[in-house]
Amino acid sequence: MSFLPKPKLHHPKLPVNALGFTRRDYEGAISTLCAGCGHDSISAAIIQACFELEIEPHRVAKLSGIGCSSKTPDYFLGASHGFNSVHGRMPSVLTGANLANRDLIYLGVSGDGDSASIGFGQFAHSIRRGVNMTYIVENNGVYGLTKGQFSATSDKGSKAKKGTVNTDEAIDLIGIALQLGATYVARSFSGDKAQLVPLIKGALRHPGPAFIDCISPCVAFNNHEGSTKSYDFVREHNEAMNFLDVFPGRSAITAEYAPGEVREVEQHDGSVLRLRKLHAEYDPTDRIGAMNHLHERKAAGEIVTGLLYIDPDPQDLHSNLNTVPTPLNRLDDSALVPGKAALEKLNAALR
Amino acid sequence: MPGPVSAEGMSTEGAAAMVNDFVVKFANVNGSGSASANQLFAKSILRMGIPIASRNIFPSNIQGLPTWFEVRVSGEGHLGRRGGVDLMVAMNPQTWDRDLAEIDPGGYLLYDSTRPMPRSRFREDIQVIGVPLTEMCNAAYTDARQRQLLKNIMYVGVLSALLEIEPSVIEQLLAEQYKGKERLAKPNSEAFHMGRDWALANLSCPIALKLERADMVGHRIYVDGNSAAGLGAVYGGATVCAWYPITPSTSLAEGFERYAKRFRTETETGQKRYAIIQAEDELASIGIVIGAAWNGARAFTATSGPGISLMQEFVGLAYFAEIPAVIFDVQRAGPSTGMPTRTQQSDVLAAAYASHGDTKHIVLFPEDPHECFAFGADAFDLADRLQQPVFVLLDLDIGMNDWLCEPFQWDDSRKLDRGKVMTAEALEAGTQFGRYLDVDGDGIPFRTYPGTHPSKGAFFTRGTSRDRFAKYTEVGAAYVDNMQRLLKKFETAKGLVPRPVERPASQPSRTGVLYYGSSSAAMKEALSALEAEGVHLDAMRIRAFPFHDDVADFIARHDKVFVVEQNRDAQLRTLLMNELSIAPARLVPILHYDGTPITARFIRGAIAEALPGLNILPFAGAAE
Repeated sequence: MSFLPKPKLHHPKLPVNALGFTRRDYEGAISTLCAGCGHDSISAAIIQACFELEIEPHRVAKLSGIGCSSKTPDYFLGASHGFNSVHGRMPSVLTGANLANRDLIYLGVSGDGDSASIGFGQFAHSIRRGVNMTYIVENNGVYGLTKGQFSATSDKGSKAKKGTVNTDEAIDLIGIALQLGATYVARSFSGDKAQLVPLIKGALRHPGPAFIDCISPCVAFNNHEGSTKSYDFVREHNEAMNFLDVFPGRSAITAEYAPGEVREVEQHDGSVLRLRKLHAEYDPTDRIGAMNHLHERKAAGEIVTGLLYIDPDPQDLHSNLNTVPTPLNRLDDSALVPGKAALEKLNAALR
Repeated sequence: MPGPVSAEGMSTEGAAAMVNDFVVKFANVNGSGSASANQLFAKSILRMGIPIASRNIFPSNIQGLPTWFEVRVSGEGHLGRRGGVDLMVAMNPQTWDRDLAEIDPGGYLLYDSTRPMPRSRFREDIQVIGVPLTEMCNAAYTDARQRQLLKNIMYVGVLSALLEIEPSVIEQLLAEQYKGKERLAKPNSEAFHMGRDWALANLSCPIALKLERADMVGHRIYVDGNSAAGLGAVYGGATVCAWYPITPSTSLAEGFERYAKRFRTETETGQKRYAIIQAEDELASIGIVIGAAWNGARAFTATSGPGISLMQEFVGLAYFAEIPAVIFDVQRAGPSTGMPTRTQQSDVLAAAYASHGDTKHIVLFPEDPHECFAFGADAFDLADRLQQPVFVLLDLDIGMNDWLCEPFQWDDSRKLDRGKVMTAEALEAGTQFGRYLDVDGDGIPFRTYPGTHPSKGAFFTRGTSRDRFAKYTEVGAAYVDNMQRLLKKFETAKGLVPRPVERPASQPSRTGVLYYGSSSAAMKEALSALEAEGVHLDAMRIRAFPFHDDVADFIARHDKVFVVEQNRDAQLRTLLMNELSIAPARLVPILHYDGTPITARFIRGAIAEALPGLNILPFAGAAE
């Protein structure tokens, strides 16, 4: 939470995007998280992604639950409306917000306690409903604000700072998101900004439920030897499937690659996701294949990252409900109230 | 299976010849298709211009358990339950003994005599009418389902002869019901006449219970409160409904869906100007409502007691973060699963003080479907105006039963009141915006919808403490400042919520009675009965919390005030004592909570019994 005012001054030669905004215009209050916290890197990546995508900050609504990760929306996009809701319930609040105004971009930020434990149900149901959103879990495998308890994403055998070994199975949110129909599924690492920023950009441009599981080490309680969510462990076991570049339109693509090295996916809005493949055989449009691959590599002790699955032409909740294109919060009285004559007809039918 | 045995203390009245004034009760097995036949019976009486009050008494079950349908015929227009039964249509052998015991002395029993009952199973003080319904049906039909369904219509035919229901009225109703499906109308009409003709040929018709065409219904409508509230939400401009199925509120969300589909579907594209989510639980339901309302849509949920319990944390957030939310609570008998298909008014405190910490909420108490519609629409204006949760407390009795009530009304010049929403133009013009700034002195701040302005008016909504400009703070004074403003806002609410309705006694009285919600119909009847006995009580129907100043004045003007409620713990009385600092001894609880709707007989009896012990003389001509 912000206690310090942030200086408004910035260098006059800071780069500006097409909207005339500098990166500073996408920042928020000063972070109060611990120095070195992975979450701050993710906030920086979100700022970078929005700057590069030339998003008007006020067209984003940022929502979160409770926990260290859920505090972060205060630290980016200060010109956006934010909603720090209750523990584990960001998905339902975001779903309602999205229903009210389909024209904004919805960014949900959550943590592993927030989404894999208390909010596991809401996480699952918002995914299966197909809410058009970017849902980022800042996954550190530990309860930070309450000082070091295991979370439901802690791997079995992972050691706590005080030495206890976790005996419970870990929930893999990626596996759940794939199974429940997320149409953009990625995993990344807060320590790999080059991979993370494009993944966030792709998610923000994706017109369906986009889920990113971002491993984000907790420097205070889960960065020691024996932890499977430490900087060292993740760097050692990170197995990137691909690297992503996001282009607003087809014309932007110029670089040339050998056949089989690059896979391009055009999204519904015309934006192009270009995947530089690191595993030639991996097909990110094959949901079942992605699930199998995930399980195989996990058994081999690897942490698979990259864009793991994409459906370039998804259905979202609004298309399932067949709502009007006008945001529901902009409908006026004449579009909402049937009026007196209709009521009198109804009265007559009830006699 | 506990029966609907009510705790009446009153003796029953004799059943002499009664014209347009009696109670018929149908004892059926649920899932047997009796509901539509019973509805046909009820509606036919209404169409003869005679007021009725009908109630379903049903189990938490789909098929095979006992269910009852009670029709009170009242030429005088009494719409509460009277208590007692004058004619029992006993179609369920499982409940035979209990049903028999409920008949008033001199009353009637109609039963299926295909397999005659031994004499020992009847009472000496009632009149028994046996009709071989199964035998007639088996002779007329071969299809098993048809035999079962048409047996119900056949007993309506028998009743039409016994009570003198005009056959043309039934014909008309069947024609309306099966419009476009004439193939179905024919066998129904035949079964009706088969029953009627048999009764005319074999029984002495009519019996002492008689219907005579009257003109007492007028322009009134016959509808259930849940449908009415759902329609109210459509008229109130609700666009987002998130709910989780729970008896007895399910038909409210379904009512909204039915009317929204009819009135808010684009004719050309089929696209909808509303969104309904059947959520995974009540936590998600209220979360979706809060998210939608935060973003400027009118949103509501419909639930019952257990759902209210689950929503507590979120309701506190909505109160503290000042987000409008409308919550329809169709109350049932608690605690826990309690009696899920029985009625009570037992969520009053749970709604008024929902959540942890210091919270108070707006609560509305509609008395019938007419007010369910009106309050259903008003709730959205109140929620937006006051930026806080508004509970509309129905109960199973109002929600799931068809009531005769005043028609729905709407004034086309009415504008939906969106409350204090700062626009992009106002922000652009440089108007100061502080999300929690009390600019008008009424405790209500301005809000902005997300996405309003590129650089002004954005704020961070949270359940944590913050200052007037929505900045996080743990400074005690800022917290207290905010909590005091919320109290001021609650004061403002007093003048905005529906005012109480006073009904003075015909003679000056020092004794009063307060009541609310579905007790209203029985209360009105009890008041006239008491009045006839020389007991004069000033009455006031409370329609909302926070209590209007009129409520405190009313209590101050009387030495003793009865508070009539349908719960064990006198919850409204507690709320009155707590909020208005009333001495407990002045408020005398009259409590009915066995799960059946309160009756006039009960209220009259309980008040008459309490009066001598109270050392007060609310009688006509009593010495000063």
